[in-house]
This record gives sequence, C-alpha cells and structure tokens, in this order.
Amino acid sequence: MADVTPLLDVRNVSKSYGARVGCRDVSFALYPGEVMGIVGESGSGKSTLLNCRAGHLEPDGGEIIFDTRVDGPQDTVTMSEPERRMLGRTDWAFVHQNPRDGLRMRVSAGANVGERLMAVGARHYGNIRHAAEDWLERVEISAERIDDRPAQFSGGMQQRLQIARNLVSGPRLVFMDEPTGGLDVSVQARLLDLLRNLVRTMGLSAIVVTHDLAVVRLLADRLMVMKDGDVIETGLTDQVLDDPQAAYTQLLVSSVLQV
Amino acid sequence: MIEVQNLSKTFTLHNQGVASIGVLDGAAFRVEPGECVALTGVSGAGKSTVMRVLYGNYLAASGRVLIDGLDIAQAEPREILALRRTTLGYVSQFLRVVPRVPTLDVVAEPLLAIGKSEADARARAQDLLARLRIPEALWNLSPTTFSGGEQQRVNIARGFAHTYPALLLDEPTASLDAQNRETVLSLIEEAKAGGAAIVGIFHDVAARERVADREIDVTAFAPARAA
Amino acid sequence: MNETSYNFAYLDEQTKRMIRRAILKGLAVPGYQVPFASREMPMPYGWGTGGVQVSAAVLTPEDTMKVIDQGADDTTNAVSIRKFFEKTATIAVTEHTEEATVIQTRHRIPEVLLREDQVLVYQVPIPEPLRFIEPRETETRKMHALEEYGVMHLKLYENIAHHGAITTAYAYPVQVEGRYMMDPSPIPKFDNPKLESAAIQLFGAGREQRIYAVPPYTQVVSLDFDDYPFDPSKADCACDLCGSETSYLDEVIVDDAGGRMFVCSDTDYCEQRRAAGFTGAKAEAA
Repeated sequence: MADVTPLLDVRNVSKSYGARVGCRDVSFALYPGEVMGIVGESGSGKSTLLNCRAGHLEPDGGEIIFDTRVDGPQDTVTMSEPERRMLGRTDWAFVHQNPRDGLRMRVSAGANVGERLMAVGARHYGNIRHAAEDWLERVEISAERIDDRPAQFSGGMQQRLQIARNLVSGPRLVFMDEPTGGLDVSVQARLLDLLRNLVRTMGLSAIVVTHDLAVVRLLADRLMVMKDGDVIETGLTDQVLDDPQAAYTQLLVSSVLQV
Repeated sequence: MIEVQNLSKTFTLHNQGVASIGVLDGAAFRVEPGECVALTGVSGAGKSTVMRVLYGNYLAASGRVLIDGLDIAQAEPREILALRRTTLGYVSQFLRVVPRVPTLDVVAEPLLAIGKSEADARARAQDLLARLRIPEALWNLSPTTFSGGEQQRVNIARGFAHTYPALLLDEPTASLDAQNRETVLSLIEEAKAGGAAIVGIFHDVAARERVADREIDVTAFAPARAA
Repeated sequence: MNETSYNFAYLDEQTKRMIRRAILKGLAVPGYQVPFASREMPMPYGWGTGGVQVSAAVLTPEDTMKVIDQGADDTTNAVSIRKFFEKTATIAVTEHTEEATVIQTRHRIPEVLLREDQVLVYQVPIPEPLRFIEPRETETRKMHALEEYGVMHLKLYENIAHHGAITTAYAYPVQVEGRYMMDPSPIPKFDNPKLESAAIQLFGAGREQRIYAVPPYTQVVSLDFDDYPFDPSKADCACDLCGSETSYLDEVIVDDAGGRMFVCSDTDYCEQRRAAGFTGAKAEAA
C-alpha cells in the first residue's frame, strides 16, 4: 500500500494571526477514500487548518500538495489562483457549518445544485435539472421542492442541500466544518448516516472538523487531535477515542458522555 | 496468521496523578489458520486488552502484533482499516451502529465494504439473520431499538457476514438462549473449518471446550507488580 | 472656443483625451469594462451622463448626430441631449438613422442596419452583468479575469424553472468574442443579434464610471441552453401604423376601454416607411 500516492499531502503548515498561533507545523497525508477527523476545543486551530487547506487562507509556511487529476501532485500554496479556484469548483468541496454560508439563498434549490455543473460548462437545461432532481433525492429532499428557495427549508434540509450542491460535480476531497453543528440530535443522525453512505459509495476523501466526538466516531477513519495550534495526537479513530495517549486527549474523551 | 511477540501494554492516566498501570508485559503467542485459541484468566487479567490490541483498538506500548504479516502496533491507520475490511473480524459484546440504519444493511455492510454486490451481500445477511432467529419483521428496523439478546445476535451476524481469515470473538455466546448458542457455536466451527485463525474469550466453559483447541492464560502476561 | 463659449462638446480637451483613451482600450479588449474618471455633467445620473461623455469624446465638428430614447427621437431625454450637443458643439443633428454619423441611444438599436462609418453610443445604467449574483466589485473583477461565468446561467436556469422559458427580455447577457461577459445595456433581447454590427459600438456608464466597447464585426453571443436556445422574440403582430412585421413594437394604450395598438418603437423607421406608402391596420386612426 505504501506506493499509493496521497490525495493530499500536508507538510509543515503553519499559520499565525499576528502573535497568535493558528496552527503550528502540521503535517499529514490523506489517502484516497480516507476520512480524517480533526477534533479539539474552539480556538485549537482546527478551522485555521481547514481553511488553509481549502485555499481560503494562505499559510505562513509549508506545503499542501494535492494529487490533481491532470498534472499529478501539485503544491496548492504556490499554484496560481485560477488553478486553485478551479480546484475549488471541481475536485474540492466545502461544507460549511452554517448552510447560509454555502448556499445561494436567493435562487432555487435546483439552481443551487446545478451551479457547479454550469460552472464547469454544462449547458443543457434538461440534463442539469435531471442531475439536480437526482441529487435532491439522494440527500432525501423531495424532488417537488426543486424550485423552492433554501430559505423555505428547515436547517437539516438546508445542510443536506448544501451537501448535494457540493457533491454534484463529483469532487474527490470534501472539507466539512462542523457539518452537524446547530442541528437537532435526530437530524444529526440522519445527516451522518447520509454522509457515511455518500462517502462510501462515492469513494470520497474527507476532512471533518468538529468538536463532537460522536460525529468522528461514526464518520472518520482516523483522527487528529489539536490543541493551541499543535497536533497533540493522531491515529485510528477508535484507537484514539478508546485508548487516548496524550493527557489532553484523555481529558477530551473523558469530558464527554459515553460515545 | 496471528502472531504476538513480546507485547506490553500500559495505560497512563495523565489526569489522575499520572498513574501508570501496566497490564501486559512480554506477551507472546501465535495462532495458526484453522485454530481456535481461548484466552483465560480472572476478570481484569487483561483478556479484553489483548483482544483490543490485536484489533488495533488499543495501542501497544512495545512489541509486535502480526496479523497476516502486518504489524498492527506500527501500521498506518489505513493499513489497519484495510486489514479490518478484508482479513480481521471482531465480534464484540456490544453493538455500535449508526442510528436509523436497518438491521439488514448493518449486517450486509462488511460485505459491501469489500466490494460484494448488493444482492449477494443482502442474501448472505438474510441467511445469517434467519439462522440467528431474528424475526424477518425486524430486518428493516434499526437494531438500536432491539432487546439486548437481539442486538447481540445482530452483532454476531455482522461479524460472520464476511469469512475473515482472522477472527476475534469477545463472549460470543453470552446472553444467548440454547438454540442461538448452538447456532453461534456452529458458525464458529464453520469458520474454523474454513481456515480462520480465531482468538476468543469464552466464559461459557462448555462452549470453550467445544470450539477451542487450546487455552492461553493471560495471567502469565501480567507484569511483575512494581508497587 | 465657439460662439456659445462652451468648449467643443462641453467637456475640456484633457477630459476628452482621457475618455478617448478609455474608449481605445475598450475597443482593444472587446467587452472589458474600462474604468474612467466620469465627470459631473449638467444633467442627473440616469439621464445618460455616461453616453453623453462618450459622445462628447468622439464628436467632431463635421459629425451629424441622432439621439434616440427607447427608439424615439422625440422623447424628453432624446430631445434634451440632442439640444445639449446642438448648443455645446454646434453640430448638425438629424432624426434619420442613415444620415447620422454618431447615434446616442437609450435602450434600443435602430432597425436599419448600421454602416462602418457610424458610431453607436449606448447609455448604460449597470455595466456589470455579474452584479445580480455577486455584489463585490473585487470579486466580479476576479470572475471576469478568470472567466468564471458559470453563475450567469443561474438566472436563465431560474427563468426556465419558474416560467418554462427564458423570460429575461432586456439587458440579456452576451459573451463578446468568446471572452468577456457583457451587459448590452437594457436593450430588448430582440436587438441582441444586431450587436454584431459594421458600426463601432461604445457603452458609457456615468455613475458607475465604466466604458466598454464592441468593435465592428465582433462576435457577440447571447447566452442560452442547448435545449432552450436564445430566441430574439418580439410582440407577434405588425405595426399598426406602417404595417412592418419585422420591427420591434411598443404596445400603446389608446383609450380607457382597453383599446391598444402596436407601433414601431423606432419612430424614424416607422415614419420613413409610411412616407414610402406602407400603411398599417390603424393608420387612419392615428
């Protein structure tokens, strides 16, 4: 297995905001089909790292190498902005914690899903609409709601719509920032089940940032625990949760109700 | 198939005065294909710890844990996950599943994960659920609402869905009635006959004597008392 | 200096040079919005200050000018701009499209095909076609630079989803020479095919401080879907005055009883046809 090229290879990435450290010297490799969870308290550097990797923030140092479809592994930090934005529309997807940040609230659900297809050149209305209907059903939204605006949807539906909008273009790497944050527990379970199935059937790689250990237990293959911008511990998800080695991870795991 | 060399395991509890508790020291044994080994020892001797280290769920402090040639103690997460998909099965005492997923899918999942067709996976799952006497009316419900015994049987069906070359069984017959116990024991015997290397914990002495080829007393792996 | 003591065409020479440089840049990069230092004009924004500044920069004393508003030469906006240039540039003016060398227009392209020796100047309220979806200028500029135009089809998608057809009827977005997305100003989509013209077409947005251009014989493609092709439709009738079945029509309410008639929006075109003897269904009534 060692000869498989990582989909994403993060090397010594650091980012500071003035004197405050966002993340420090983070390295890891994510392989095709892997789901990695990043856990830690608020302010531990999880989101900084996620935003660096998704190209939303420029790291102070380090390399973020993504295995592009056409040109093989490329450093996304030094690649040109057009190339990075192209990746953002095709191979990468970003699921925001607040669906309002990831959706166009003033156009219909169908247009939200179709946008990424149109962005890469789809020009057949019937096909776009068909793909949108198909994806709405895959995320358990009735196709009858295709012409409704997201503002008319519940929070859980908005989040599922955001997932459909992101996955319609067949990305290879999905970034999720607290995907179940702010949802009712029952709605969370449904969303997690959906995400798990999509990850498996599409062979997606994903990075899930959350403070909810139950979420990573169900979604992530492996975990990275962060504190104050440093990586404290990494490993197989169930191993980190059941046999945490670092003091901080032990505290984190013992602080939550049984997961 | 399964080989443990000089394994030690310590728990360090940082938040309780940095207490360090040694559980295993210098553990070593091997299990051949088609062999079933029962771990014995009093409660707390470390039987479950051995099982969890074998599964990669607990991190070995030192030593080697070779399963089908892969050293679990050193392997990358993705290597362990691939091993768990194809080679190493684990039937624990407790069912842990995603809420809402129907029982049939829970049981079929390990087969789908290794690329079996939906139809084949479901057929195998239906067969196992029927053998373990889970009423068909329950197959499309989530097992989270089932009774303890039913959950245990769903868990066993899931564990036996794929014929793993290496299998870990933690109290597979606990809380089962005679009929279901018999089914589980014959499943174990079938797995052995199929060449699986099995490590198990059986408090049920009769079951142990029936399926296990030999016993390993984990008390022998206990570290010399430091304090 | 001319006898009215205005500099020729109102603007000072330095300003006109600045605007001409923007026009030349616009012609060199068809469809690209060139920023320019728009001046205060003696009329309010929305009355064509951008078009007037562009006209002022291209006019020469030998030019003959025509000004139309919604196709008509005799509306307030057209008359006041025409008078403005008569006064400040003392040039010849006309209502006949064929006679004009510079035509300033609001919301129409004349029916008669323009020639190589003519310049058409458009008044533009909102030059940015991406503005409806993206309010940030920094972002729309980046989108133009990187040709990220997928969102333009969102609006057309929404039209079809809600109404079964592309209902965008004016300011219909176009892509120029396979590159820049351009707002053709609020002309009816019926006029879009005429954007591929022998004449120079200049677009001025005074309040937004942008100039852009379409050089002669430049490819201008109206956006559409493969299965919902662009349709430059108009009211499905003939002009009630001149009988033309091919010109763009205005609907005019003629009484309080719901009576109405359709007439050519291009008044000069209609009058010339009537002068040539063509008549429509209600020619006597008018």
